[in-house]
Amino acid sequence: MEINFTHHQTAHCENGVVSNLMKYNGFDVSEPMVFGIGSGLMFCYIPFLKVNHAPAISYRTMPGQIFKRFAKRVGIKIKKEKFKKPQEAEAVLDENLKKNNPVGLQVGVYNLVYFPDEYRFHFNAHNLIVYGKQNGNYLISDPVMETVTTLTSKELEKVRFAKGAFAPNGHMYYPVGFPKELNIKEAIIKGIKNTCRDMLAPMPIIGVKGIRYTAKLIRKWPKKKGVKVANHYLGQIVRMQEEIGTGGGGFRYIYAAFLQESSKILNNNKLAELSKEMTVIGDLWRDFALDASRIYKSRSAKDDAYNHVASQLEAIADKEETFFKELKKAI
Amino acid sequence: MKKSDVPQDRSHLKAGNHKELCYAVDDKGEYTTAQSTGWKPKAIALDNAIEEINNRISKAKTRVLNKETSPIEYYMELHKMDVSILASYVGLFKWQVKRHFKLKIFNKLSTKTLEKYANVFEISMNKLKDIDYGN
Repeated sequence: MEINFTHHQTAHCENGVVSNLMKYNGFDVSEPMVFGIGSGLMFCYIPFLKVNHAPAISYRTMPGQIFKRFAKRVGIKIKKEKFKKPQEAEAVLDENLKKNNPVGLQVGVYNLVYFPDEYRFHFNAHNLIVYGKQNGNYLISDPVMETVTTLTSKELEKVRFAKGAFAPNGHMYYPVGFPKELNIKEAIIKGIKNTCRDMLAPMPIIGVKGIRYTAKLIRKWPKKKGVKVANHYLGQIVRMQEEIGTGGGGFRYIYAAFLQESSKILNNNKLAELSKEMTVIGDLWRDFALDASRIYKSRSAKDDAYNHVASQLEAIADKEETFFKELKKAI
Repeated sequence: MKKSDVPQDRSHLKAGNHKELCYAVDDKGEYTTAQSTGWKPKAIALDNAIEEINNRISKAKTRVLNKETSPIEYYMELHKMDVSILASYVGLFKWQVKRHFKLKIFNKLSTKTLEKYANVFEISMNKLKDIDYGN
């Protein structure tokens, strides 16, 4: 069986699954809209957690949050299910496909066979849509891929039951109830307010303060950890910021696109201005990545170079602080 | 970022014939999307990360051949895991997995426990006990 489902490529998987499921159900909601309303933008230095033997830094909110907030704010209902037994997970999935219901799944990336090998890490918060089953193979719409693909039921079981941090446990979700009209305007305002609150949070590791905290750590790394480790850590920051899914500049460009679209919906010129400002901030993040890459490319950087990129981050933090204060006032 | 500035550098994405989506502004200042084959700063970061993993794998291999650790540690590195990920795959505590790195303990492990590891790494028991088996 195959559900008549249209695949659209997006930058990020969670936004993409939501946007594609909404489009399937007749609501034209763009990726930036999902991201902005779901308050996806974030900066967080996650202490105690190591990813690939380096500190974990996130440019986005916790996995699952974007969909949860988006659904609540525009007024749709979602059903979520997790499973203990793979057989049960497969049976419920098949049932939904029989009912012509495409569903979102949370999966691990490590065993995702259609990903390039180099990108297959133990990361368990990837999302994709299953829209059918043919000859025992599942039809997959992975929003970060250009086109649709397939997985055998064994392959799908493996990624649905990946283990480690954020283990999906077969997590499946799909919208079940829609209002006549989406509550977009109010949702945008709520989404923006939430993001301002996150980015300006009085917590040392979150938002603007988190960026400053990270800058401080970067200054210390070469002495404390040695150049080799410091470079590895720096590389990890750049990968979190730019690798598949952020749309460039650690989600800042997607957010700028959201503000531009919102300015038209809300008839608010200030948001259009702020969108431009966010683009400039996104460019600064790109500059930071470029300069950081020069450090880990040469492998023999001086302390000065680390101080330089740390200062870049601090400048970004200042800009974002002003930005989110203004954004808060603009709505 | 302007649409015309969306990088089209060589990367592992390009090698695998993949393209990712970026957000950028067009000539009129309107946001739009553009596909990218990759960007050098992150391509280098990924290359370094892969090199780091390969170093870890070859170091673990040497340690196994020198009888300083059990093959479990080698296979863990080979699968890009760390102790906590491996522990959750085999359903044991981290300290248990670490203990199984010790050759003395490893040699005394029950078939049942060894099978757990062999299943996770998708290898035969022979290969689990001897990393050069069949080579």
